[in-house]
Amino acid sequence: MDKIEESKKRVQALRASRKDIKWPLLSEEEKHHLVHKYHPDYKKEAYGKIRIGPNQGEETVREVVKLLEGESCISSESISLTPQRQVDVLIIGGGGAGATAALSVKESGATVLVATKLRLGDSNTVMAEGGMQVAVSPEDSPIQHFMDSLRGGHMENDRTLLKTLVESGPSIAKWLLDIGVLFDREEDGNLSLRAGGGSSQARLLRCKDYTGLELMRVLKDAVLDEDIEILEFSPVVELLTDGEGNCSGAILKNLDNNKYTVVQAKTVILSTGGMGRLHIQGFPTSNHYGATADGLPLAYRAGAALTLQDTFQYHPTGAVYPEAMSGILVTEAIRSVGAQLVNGNGERFINEMETRDAVASAVIRECQEGRGVETPSGRRGVWLDMPLVDVLNGEGILKDRFPNMDRQYSRYKIDISKDPVLVYPTLHYQNGGIKINADGESTLKGLFVAGEASGGIHGRNRLMGNSLLDIIVYGKRAGRAASLRASETKFRELTLRHLEEYQSAQKEAGVVPQLVSPILFPDYVNKD
Amino acid sequence: MSSLPVEIESSQLIKVEIMGKVYEVPTGLTMLQAMWYTGYELLRGAGCLGGICGACSTTYRTKGDIKIKTCLACQTEVEDGMSFSLVYTYYPNRKIPYDFDAVEDPKQDLFRFYPEASLCRNCDACTEACPKGIDVRTGVWEAALGKFKDCSEKFLPCVMCSLCVPVCIADIAPNQIGLYVRRSQGIFFNERPPQLLTRIEEIKEGKFESEWESLLAPVQDV
Repeated sequence: MDKIEESKKRVQALRASRKDIKWPLLSEEEKHHLVHKYHPDYKKEAYGKIRIGPNQGEETVREVVKLLEGESCISSESISLTPQRQVDVLIIGGGGAGATAALSVKESGATVLVATKLRLGDSNTVMAEGGMQVAVSPEDSPIQHFMDSLRGGHMENDRTLLKTLVESGPSIAKWLLDIGVLFDREEDGNLSLRAGGGSSQARLLRCKDYTGLELMRVLKDAVLDEDIEILEFSPVVELLTDGEGNCSGAILKNLDNNKYTVVQAKTVILSTGGMGRLHIQGFPTSNHYGATADGLPLAYRAGAALTLQDTFQYHPTGAVYPEAMSGILVTEAIRSVGAQLVNGNGERFINEMETRDAVASAVIRECQEGRGVETPSGRRGVWLDMPLVDVLNGEGILKDRFPNMDRQYSRYKIDISKDPVLVYPTLHYQNGGIKINADGESTLKGLFVAGEASGGIHGRNRLMGNSLLDIIVYGKRAGRAASLRASETKFRELTLRHLEEYQSAQKEAGVVPQLVSPILFPDYVNKD
Repeated sequence: MSSLPVEIESSQLIKVEIMGKVYEVPTGLTMLQAMWYTGYELLRGAGCLGGICGACSTTYRTKGDIKIKTCLACQTEVEDGMSFSLVYTYYPNRKIPYDFDAVEDPKQDLFRFYPEASLCRNCDACTEACPKGIDVRTGVWEAALGKFKDCSEKFLPCVMCSLCVPVCIADIAPNQIGLYVRRSQGIFFNERPPQLLTRIEEIKEGKFESEWESLLAPVQDV
């Protein structure tokens, strides 16, 4: 503890000397080297080959390989596939993307059922702090938004998906205002904008540091205003297909009585979110309790291809101290208003507004090379010097703009306007996922995907603020397209043929499933 | 081997009563972490684990204090002699569906949807119950008096945990009122931002089309 205090004193003593220094941005080549050397995405031994299915032969982290190669809790012998429910569109997952999709389906006139593992709104959406990127200022344009995102994504973004994302941004922001989202404003009535890492312009719309909470609260309320049926604590445990390449329904499990419900649907929208609670490579996570990548094994064994399934976002600044807070996010927006990253010696080491993969890599480098600070529980981290925000912007600004952060730390008697805090990368986001087209449809016909479960929009690294935009834009598009398709389609046969085929592929490849997937919940129960 | 999402830092054990059973747990854990530590498998009552979703509303007492208190279990550290119950794993809400297209005067219509909104008897129990530190009682009065802007600002951090609802002696649901007021404030009392409207027009009129063409054409050939 003394060592931590000593290091903290150095950070404070050196604050004045570094406060005005503009740290240079990395060249493309420097960034490439940094990321390849230190980013967890390039840690070969953490990766394994996917041996079966549409992405056979490709790689991803071992935790995800296990999920994809896992077995279903359902078998043809154990369940009757006579449908207990029929609906035009079944939506799986009730976060920001699912709620938006539900509103969109309802508007189109189709019948809709939302099934979700926890409560409607329990999701990563609600936790998003930083904001939503929309190119609205006169100096900005959708083109610049596109270019920033493409560069941030290492040029591997699906360009059609990305163009749709940035072009839809302004009208989506208007729609959110129209249903009652209160974004922060300037005195002249324009939206207040803030810069994010890797962005050439300030284009983050926000509600202080409660942006996701505000979005989810309004979306949920809007869903509850409509006559939309919602089944909570009812995750999907298996998709159903007609055996001819179409998704035709799903099997839900009521978590309270363990009973299954067979739902026949003309189209299905999967909006199951991310995977932080898999704790890939042992990382703590910023994600909510249900973020266990349920959609990936479900879609994959039903025949939908994945894309960029090997790339994950480790948010550079997750709390590592106090221990009970480990993994909790300290929003990037705090760096965008001047907070600096400083190593144990009190020295800066990176421009704080580099993209997340670069900043995370630099933090890992500092810690690996002995310039980090060790916490009492053995975690390592570097300092995020937040008091600098007030020094640069005026007293009181930090707590006024980031009330949530202030609250999080004040529980532990840490005053963020006086003391720096220790941070280390935290598992934050799945950059890739289920491959979709601009309607949100996967390679399995009739299965649409929206939000974090999908892949391609963000390339190999998502920019801050592009995810809140993604869930609304693609939630709406998937909702619209799935409704339209449903209006042109009859109900199809319900079978588990995809599962039988998957099982024989497993046998043929010598794959022995190591777990039942989706896992639905992380296993945190003490076994001692 | 513990599979807790946090490291156990302390060898010091304290006694905590969880839903009527006394357990020994290490110091430094939150209530939810203490539940995992003692073997609870949580299907309900856990959400974002970051104090922002309201899934883990909890009632508790501390040693030697007659007061019954409320909190979010993911945000509260256990202490010796504490007794807690994760009671509101699902709160039976009374949300009135409203169609904003049919709302003409949102300040009057508040009483159409929530007629009890003006019945506050100033006991302040809602404010005491709020785990986010919101001045709930003042917010409810502001709603009733038509001060929607002030009310909106107060309810910004509301996580809809509903801890303010059962303590209200006038049967007001302050969180629902706060949300109605916030949405009304956004829909009726905020001009649409001029720059945003301009940008939407520009996109509609195809202002960026030629740029898109030159940007995407060579790339698509690759």
